[in-house]
Amino acid sequence: MIACKINGLSVEAQDGATVLDAARAAGVRIPTLCFLEHQLPTGACRVCLVEVQGAKALMPACATPVAAGMVVTTNSPRVRRTRRQIVELLLSEHDGNCPTCARNGDCELQRLAEDLGISRVTFEGTKTRAHSDTSTPALVRDNGKCIKCRRCVTVCNTVQNVGALFPQGRGFATTIGPAFERDLADVVCVQCGQCAAVCPVGAIQETNHMDGVWAALEDPTRHVVVQTAPAIRAALGEAFGYPAGTRVTGKMVTALRQLGFDAVFDTDVTADLTIMEEGHELLKRLHSALVDKDPKVALPMFTSCSPGWIKFAEYYAPDFLPNLSTCKSPQQMFGALAKTWYAQRIGKSAKEVTVVSVMPCTAKKFEAQRPEMTASGVADVDYVLTTRELAKMIKAHGIEFRDLPDGKMDDPLGMSTGAADIFANTGGVMEAALRTAYELVTGRELPVKNLHLTPLAGLTGIKEAALKIEQALPAWSFLEGVTVKVAVAHGLGNARQLLDRIRRGEASYHFVEVMTCPGGCIGGGGQPRFTDDAVRLKRIQAIYAEDEGKTLRKSHENPAVQQLYREFLGAPLGHKSHELLHTHYKPSL
Amino acid sequence: MADSLTCECACKGADGAAPSEAELMKRLDEVLDEHRAQPGGLIPVLQIAQAIFGYLPESAMRKIAEAFHKSFSEVAGVVSFYSFFSTVPRGRHLVRVCLGTACYVRGGREVLDALKKRLGIDVGQTTADRRFSLAVGRCFGACGMGPVIMVDDTVHQRVKSARVGELLEEHS
Ligand code: SF4
Ligand code: SF4
Ligand code: SF4
Ligand code: FES
Repeated sequence: MIACKINGLSVEAQDGATVLDAARAAGVRIPTLCFLEHQLPTGACRVCLVEVQGAKALMPACATPVAAGMVVTTNSPRVRRTRRQIVELLLSEHDGNCPTCARNGDCELQRLAEDLGISRVTFEGTKTRAHSDTSTPALVRDNGKCIKCRRCVTVCNTVQNVGALFPQGRGFATTIGPAFERDLADVVCVQCGQCAAVCPVGAIQETNHMDGVWAALEDPTRHVVVQTAPAIRAALGEAFGYPAGTRVTGKMVTALRQLGFDAVFDTDVTADLTIMEEGHELLKRLHSALVDKDPKVALPMFTSCSPGWIKFAEYYAPDFLPNLSTCKSPQQMFGALAKTWYAQRIGKSAKEVTVVSVMPCTAKKFEAQRPEMTASGVADVDYVLTTRELAKMIKAHGIEFRDLPDGKMDDPLGMSTGAADIFANTGGVMEAALRTAYELVTGRELPVKNLHLTPLAGLTGIKEAALKIEQALPAWSFLEGVTVKVAVAHGLGNARQLLDRIRRGEASYHFVEVMTCPGGCIGGGGQPRFTDDAVRLKRIQAIYAEDEGKTLRKSHENPAVQQLYREFLGAPLGHKSHELLHTHYKPSL
Repeated sequence: MADSLTCECACKGADGAAPSEAELMKRLDEVLDEHRAQPGGLIPVLQIAQAIFGYLPESAMRKIAEAFHKSFSEVAGVVSFYSFFSTVPRGRHLVRVCLGTACYVRGGREVLDALKKRLGIDVGQTTADRRFSLAVGRCFGACGMGPVIMVDDTVHQRVKSARVGELLEEHS
């Protein structure tokens, strides 16, 4: 512990803490723009400047380590004046117009200007050259609003290990973006939207699908259904002032109904279906490896529900493409079933049904327009709204979200289990899969407390577990005594590390879960801002609470899934499943 | 160090013919084998590559990025930061037109237009035969003699726009 003084308060700071850490721990707020937790400070923005006794210049709090006996002032007139000047300079080159900006009311620069009491910009200068990049399906970049804080660079390069964005050029003409100021589509980008999640301003955002949804809702000839991913219910509330980790499932359903959707469904159904298909696929691969001794069978099998990860694998891990489960993601399985089975039931054709998804994710916008996602003969999913976009639509419709009564999802595609809920968390797909696979093979429940595989939960980047199969049912006797080894990675940088370990033969598994975003879908690129680890953990808790609150907590118990197999699909991995629910991958570049 | 370091330009092969792109790529491969993934090695390798090709073609930058386990955007960030690097081929001769005040009022602009027309390129571009690149400058210190242009290190004074063709012929 290091003793120091901040604004006259005696503060005990942790060893290695920065002035910013110490101030935050002591409840003193210092504004930041470029700071990102767990990352090396870049010192790019200077809005965190503070006065340190004995130092001539003001010091950036995010990059200054606390020293014993340090005396820090965060709110002197000099600090305030300087911060104001810095923000005024940022505003003087900022090419944006708040009332018409998608970040209006959700912008860190705007808030900072307000907090500092800036009422006019005294500097006049050249504006940043505005260039709007709409080259990709999921993201829109608007360089004129970029304040060059470089958070997106750190996230894309250090966290996701993709490296699509870097500073280009020099001096005032520097732009933050793809190589040589080209468009995002010209470089490798997996559309994860983590850059949009950390951008403090309106320089990177999701592609707007709200207009398309409004138009569909207005059109009386269309039957418009909505599916909501499990991660939405644990985060949507934040956009309406609820603390992180508040579950708003019931209010969300009511809001969607008031928006005018003809049916409100749950992606949980097809998450459960994914478990059925993927679980059987895993068992089939294990059979091929252990019994048929087929040398070509690809193990470990990787999950395939995260579209950013799929795109990443297509670019960077073509050697592992045979290892990817052929299952489509729950979003796409839902779309395919909504436009076939469900459409038939209500006497409509695929063309008359519009499928809208609400996803925590930007890459889902990209996934929905992949040419192979047309099993129903048309695009299986028409529009993908992020959690943030849904919140905007609710506000635009004049709905008082906090006053809404709880609603219930519609039958038959509104049925969910706890296993499907936990798809939202890192480690959740694996836990759900093992809940079902273990029971299928042994006839007994997964032998862990409360059905939770604790080694797979939480925010550690790469997690492992092993599960020995004993007293297998006769049909699965080939698995008797086998120790099934699994791993979980979230964040593509961690995924890449795990792939390298497997390639080098340092680790071997049967089944691996990869989620593109840190924390899994609850930390997706389309979730309400700002998502840090504290928020991730709260959302994760909310999801586990949702799971534990359900009577049905295993995918194979979902009555809708059982009905689907009975009436339409036949058996897992059957012909119909193959047609509608599975896909294939090809290397990119 | 590879002896390609001493190679200052897109030089000719042993038989006197300009080496093909594929041959140059092979040279780059040799350089990369030597410098692959060395920390701090990126900028020296980019310099060597520019010496080999005369500029930095995209294919070379992509190859270098891969060898250093960096993304193309990161390498581009480095290349675009230093004005020393060029991503467009430079011609064998650099024609610079002075547009300083004195030369400008004495007809520098007309000379530039004549050169553009004659060469069929804009400022910052190179002719298809890679003979000339065109650039503008601000004062070469010969204001009394304007308009002035420089071809490589040779200064041409009192240039007449009608006669830029002859002048260019002096530089093969
Ligand atoms: S980015 Fe922020 S400050 Fe800039 S126009 Fe948008 S809301 Fe306003
Ligand atoms: S979407 Fe993901 S991969 Fe693409 S630029 Fe943003 S952070 Fe990088
Ligand atoms: S795009 Fe956003 S996150 Fe990236 S540097 Fe600009 S302002 Fe920062
Ligand atoms: S937050 Fe400290 S310099 Fe930007």
